[in-house]
Amino acid sequence: MPQVSMTVNGRKVSGEVEGRTLLVEFLREGLRLTGTHVGCDTAQCGACVVHVNGNSIKSCNIFALEADGAEVTTIEGIAGKDGSLSVVQAAFQTHHGLQCGYCTPGMVMTATSLLKENPAPSEAEIREYLEGNICRCTGYHNIVKAIQAAAAELGSNRVAAE
Amino acid sequence: MYAFELVRPATVAEAVAALAEDGAQALGGGQTLIPTLKARLAMPEKLVSLGGIAELRGVTVEGDEVRIGGGTPHATVAHEVAKAYPALASLAERIGDPHVRNRGTIGGSLANNDPSACYPAAALASGATIVTNKREIAADDYFQGMFATALDEGEIITEVIFPIPQAAHYEKIRQPASRFPLVAVFVAKFADGVRVAVTGAAENGVFRWTEAEEALSADFSPSAVEGLSADSDGMIGDMHGTPEYRAHLIGVMTRRAVAAAG
Ligand SMILES: Cc1cc2nc3c(=O)[nH]c(=O)nc-3n(C[C@H](O)[C@H](O)[C@H](O)COP(=O)(O)OP(=O)(O)OC[C@H]3O[C@@H](n4cnc5c(N)ncnc54)[C@H](O)[C@@H]3O)c2cc1C
Ligand code: FES
Ligand code: FES
Repeated sequence: MPQVSMTVNGRKVSGEVEGRTLLVEFLREGLRLTGTHVGCDTAQCGACVVHVNGNSIKSCNIFALEADGAEVTTIEGIAGKDGSLSVVQAAFQTHHGLQCGYCTPGMVMTATSLLKENPAPSEAEIREYLEGNICRCTGYHNIVKAIQAAAAELGSNRVAAE
Repeated sequence: MYAFELVRPATVAEAVAALAEDGAQALGGGQTLIPTLKARLAMPEKLVSLGGIAELRGVTVEGDEVRIGGGTPHATVAHEVAKAYPALASLAERIGDPHVRNRGTIGGSLANNDPSACYPAAALASGATIVTNKREIAADDYFQGMFATALDEGEIITEVIFPIPQAAHYEKIRQPASRFPLVAVFVAKFADGVRVAVTGAAENGVFRWTEAEEALSADFSPSAVEGLSADSDGMIGDMHGTPEYRAHLIGVMTRRAVAAAG
């Protein structure tokens, strides 16, 4: 079987995969990083979103071998090494941006990409960016509020740092 | 999914050689092909991933043309042609969602020629040229019906050349569950006339609405197409809309596109 190697959350990993092994299968079953969820397996729901070379993608819709040599970040790589929540994660907690939590890893990964690309998004831009992430519990309002709060906090951190 | 071998060539020449084998198929961004494989609607023996081929990616603007590498993702197109060809950038920006746009490619979209896909409308309305590893194909000859194109077995789209129009707009009504167009119209005005391409509507896929083109070439204003309606014969009828509804939308979308193109 072919070998695949990549850097996941800063750690070099490798393993044997088949041609048809999806990246999400390699992450969950190969590396036991089960924070990345599979909601639909048909590229619709966004529960499986991870970052590959800095871009958010649906890990159920890319083969593991296509990420050979890539830098991959999963939800497990978002918190600090001491377990402290990222600004986005903390905002989801504070603003109750989750209920069952199934969609949450994908939502946090997506929100993190959004704020990197667009540090001060409007409400409409946030909703537009969440187009590929489905939540069956919250009704989205609190997710949007959490992202707005995270944007504001990251913005004031940036001002403070200048 | 059935089992297959996946190879990642580094050049177009290597990919073409790999695709010459029986049962081999190109893999672009996989945003259409992977779901198809999961549903066991295709069973290639070998997938030739184009994702590792640097020469297939990139956008260049030269004079009144935009050239886009066949392996360029939608997100890159949205970003890189925003100044040179805003209507094309806006089309790319509205495909699916951010994650799909980071993977899906223009070559994959044109090769697939889904009757509801966005890029075929831009290519046909712009009079684009589809460049492959062996020839150049005019958009007017390229699209050959639902999921059918002029591509031969194993032929790879290496580049797409878009002439830049004087004014253009892509008007799309989104089918909210799939995020594909329910009906969308691309209007492009050139010095020698107006081209109007319609996607999402017809059983045979993307087509040019020639009556609207004639009216708009004489007078580029929404009122020029006010009385015109597309024929509902051959339009798609499904749970999202009847053929008559789609035919009606074509007129509405065309008028809106002309108004927005200005
Ligand atoms: C949730 C979701 C929403 C979407 N919304 C939209 C939308 O709004 N509008 C829209 O237009 N599309 C939409 N798409 C489809 C998306 O744009 C795909 O990226 C596109 O249709 C296929 O491109 P790909 O690179 O992923 O190709 P793949 O899926 O890899 O391949 C598709 C076909 O093209 C062939 N192929 C791939 N690249 C080449 C090449 N360079 N030369 C020759 N053949 C090639 C493959 O062999 C295969 O037959 C959506 C997809 C998803 C999952
Ligand atoms: S599990 Fe990947 S998009 Fe739903
Ligand atoms: S919190 Fe349950 S699906 Fe989003």
